[in-house]
Amino acid sequence: MPDGLLPLGVVLSSFVPGLAIFFLAEARHRLRSALNLAGALTKLALIGVMLWGVLHDRDYVFSHTVLPGLDLVLRADALAMLFVSLSAALWFFTTLYAIGYLEGSPQRSRFFGFFSLCVTATMGIAMAGNLFSFFLFYELLTLATYPLVVHRGTEAALRAGRIYLAYTLGGGALLLVGTAWLYALAGQVDFVAGGSLAGLPEEAAGRLRLVFLLLVAGLGVKAALVPLHGWLPVAMVAPAPVSALLHAVAVVKAGAFGIVRVVYEVYGVEFAQSLGLLVPLAAAAALTIVWGSLRALYQDDLKRRLAYSTVSQVAYIALGAALFGPVGTIGGVVHLVHQGVMKITLFFCAGNYAETLGVHRVDELDGAGRRMPATSVAFTVAAFGMIGLPPLAGFVSKWYLGLGALEAQMPWVLAVLAASSLLNAAYFLPVVHRLWFRPRAGPWPQEHIRARGGWETSRLLLVPPLATAAATLGFGLFAAGSASPLDWAKLVAAREYLQWVP
Amino acid sequence: MATTELADPIPWLVLLPLAWATAAFVLGPGRGGRLAVAGLAVQAALALALAAEVLEAGPRRYAVGGWAAPLGIELLADGLAAFMLATTAAVALPVAVYARGYFRAVSRSDAHPKGATWFWPLTGYLVAALDVLFLAADLFNLYVGLELLGLAAVGLTALTGERAAVAAALRYLLASLLGSGAYLMGVALVYGAYGTVSLATLAPLIEPLPAVALAAGLMAAGLALKTALFPLHFWLPPAHGGAASPVSALLSALVVKASFYLLLRLWFGIYAPLTTAAAAQLLGALGAAAVVWGSVQALRQERLKMLVAYSTVAQLGYLFLVFPLATGTGPAAAAAAWGGALLQVLAHGLAKAAMFAAAGAMVLAAGRDAVAGLGGVGARLPLSLFAFALAGVTLMGLPPSGGFTAKWLLLRAALASGQWWWAAVLVVGGLLAAAYVFRVLRQAFLPVEAASTGGVPRSLEFAALALALGGVLLGLFGERPLALLGVG
Repeated sequence: MPDGLLPLGVVLSSFVPGLAIFFLAEARHRLRSALNLAGALTKLALIGVMLWGVLHDRDYVFSHTVLPGLDLVLRADALAMLFVSLSAALWFFTTLYAIGYLEGSPQRSRFFGFFSLCVTATMGIAMAGNLFSFFLFYELLTLATYPLVVHRGTEAALRAGRIYLAYTLGGGALLLVGTAWLYALAGQVDFVAGGSLAGLPEEAAGRLRLVFLLLVAGLGVKAALVPLHGWLPVAMVAPAPVSALLHAVAVVKAGAFGIVRVVYEVYGVEFAQSLGLLVPLAAAAALTIVWGSLRALYQDDLKRRLAYSTVSQVAYIALGAALFGPVGTIGGVVHLVHQGVMKITLFFCAGNYAETLGVHRVDELDGAGRRMPATSVAFTVAAFGMIGLPPLAGFVSKWYLGLGALEAQMPWVLAVLAASSLLNAAYFLPVVHRLWFRPRAGPWPQEHIRARGGWETSRLLLVPPLATAAATLGFGLFAAGSASPLDWAKLVAAREYLQWVP
Repeated sequence: MATTELADPIPWLVLLPLAWATAAFVLGPGRGGRLAVAGLAVQAALALALAAEVLEAGPRRYAVGGWAAPLGIELLADGLAAFMLATTAAVALPVAVYARGYFRAVSRSDAHPKGATWFWPLTGYLVAALDVLFLAADLFNLYVGLELLGLAAVGLTALTGERAAVAAALRYLLASLLGSGAYLMGVALVYGAYGTVSLATLAPLIEPLPAVALAAGLMAAGLALKTALFPLHFWLPPAHGGAASPVSALLSALVVKASFYLLLRLWFGIYAPLTTAAAAQLLGALGAAAVVWGSVQALRQERLKMLVAYSTVAQLGYLFLVFPLATGTGPAAAAAAWGGALLQVLAHGLAKAAMFAAAGAMVLAAGRDAVAGLGGVGARLPLSLFAFALAGVTLMGLPPSGGFTAKWLLLRAALASGQWWWAAVLVVGGLLAAAYVFRVLRQAFLPVEAASTGGVPRSLEFAALALALGGVLLGLFGERPLALLGVG
């Protein structure tokens, strides 16, 4: 296969099954699952080939000219591969989970069709080779996730959908203006390691700052940077697999990933530093980290608590991007992966409690550890990871972010990290405590699925969280190994800085 | 010589629709649909052949009957004309396929007004009038095309014979006659001053005399009325929203674009020495007002087809941004604005035809024309809903659609010429479009009530989908259409 077609293949491997699924009759659930899984596995295989190639310095580029001076480019560079691999792997598990979760519910063809389009958009976002291509898939993601958010069709779901659209389309408009302005100032700007704006004349600096503000505000809506985060807790009405996808892989990640791209590969981190853009970004991220954690403390609904936790945790990625120096970069980029596996585990588990026992609120969880030990172990591992306990994945992120803060001479960031970890503990430990140490008093709110043959719930619901919890442990334990997320993050950082300081 | 004459697409583009329209008229009420579809298929091939030829070899003149300009009638096919001819064929062919299925379906049901009687002859004359207008190279033949077009369009509006449709058609007739009357007075003034109506002869002669300025003003006002530029749009929503759905599609997608085309030709052609920045800003401001007003009205409509009709008022507003963006700005900005406006003509043509077609199918299935009544329709007509959504993507200007590339070019022109306020109009217009499009789409996610009515012929759904897909694909393959516009 010519090298240019591989990135296109990765995008199409979910687009084509997605379109086919729309046309399937509701009852054809076997064929639908087969299409879904075939797409997911094809994608993983294609990504495997590209990972090998990127490690061996091969370049995979697909390019199509839309208008003169406006190209649709898909490029598999190191940063793209990190996000693509994460999304494809987690999509595979989320598909398994969703098949189990939605068993017997109506409108599944519609659901899985848009589900696939959503992943298509994420793949495009990951591999977009310039701002226009990024914008294209960023908007596609908005359109593909709306039907998932309103899937249940209730009044609350439609209201959430309206708020979601108002925020994300508004953000998209800001991103469009920023992109068009940048193209007017600098022509077509490709994503290149080290950025490409440093050569612009001195007097453009003011306008470049304004464009940066527009771009980051547009991206910050999806990344849920405070005060643009209002849609995220509301969107929790969506089914659990959607929340898992939104929080770990697709929407908030797309925003955070876009911020990384803009800082490193449009402006260039050194140029962004010289324009004085990094400190305000770090401040916004720090505010978001603390605010999200504080709000999470006060949520009684488990999924809402997780949603505010996402607000906080995703801002770590933006924080890493804003810490000038390779170590901070590593911390931010690796958290892209680490937050993904940890948060998706938590949402899978929350979905399991809701689907199996009808438990939605934190105070209903007493004794759930005894009834659902495997799910609860997965939840506990992921929660400890979020707090940043060694040797879990979250610890690695926080360690590098802390070192990066010192390197960037922003010691106040250490205080933010410490405060955030304390708050993480304050809102996760009570949940863990209830799971394992509180006795159950009374029946479960609504026991949908009874324990059978040693399985605490449906197998399709159980395997995904266990796999991602294992990844949370593995990414931390084997962080120093080759081809670990940390290793890739180092590869990315090495290419972003002109003078590499190991 | 004779063989090349026969193979020349230019005369056939006008003669062919006249031929099948007349045949349909002879065949009698409601007949001739198959002939029309075949004729339009050939027409699409001819229009594409002409576009390819113009792109390759540049603009070409054609003397009717072999008599050259001062004595005979001369037709001119430049890039712009070829682009408009291709647009007409690309929209009319799927709409004709749709119309055949539509009129068959309504003839079987009692709940819907008929209206197939003279649809095919009138549509043929409408297409012929459009093609005459796009090919005409002198002010008088442009007038003939404009008048014929207006009469055919009014006839089509009144087809259903319902009281509201006839009232809308009369209002439309009044606006149309006023508009072409003002235009004709302008033509008379120009003829009085220079003794010719040929655009090519007039171009070097025009100078800012009071009589000529008056002529230009009259013609611009008349054409603005016919294009339904805010605040002269009063006639459009009832006419487009009240006509039979295939008619609505033709009116919104093509007819209003013809008078815009004419205004564009004259403004940047013979009247270029007269145009001022202030007049350009005024047209742009009215366009901006149309974008906002039309969208807000669309948000408030109870009826689905009225919502779509007000969306046309809004989308036409974008076209008028070309005047401030390409008058007196640099060549780069002017080229971008010009390309953006005309891509918007094509993208909106495809998308709006798709949207009226999809809306018509959904109204047919639901049994009534109401936004609120669409609850279960999405489940029964998923393709129509999908077509509506895809058309909506184009109207919102999201990538990858023709609407996006059009807006992108206009946005670039606004930024390149330092007129950021037009960029704001583009962005706000896109968000407002999203608001009214999602007002319809959200209905699809409501719990389904008991299904009351049956489906519609599949050809309706596929025609709508083909149009909508065309609008989206234009966003990925806009390079050649844009190159065509640069010819001549």
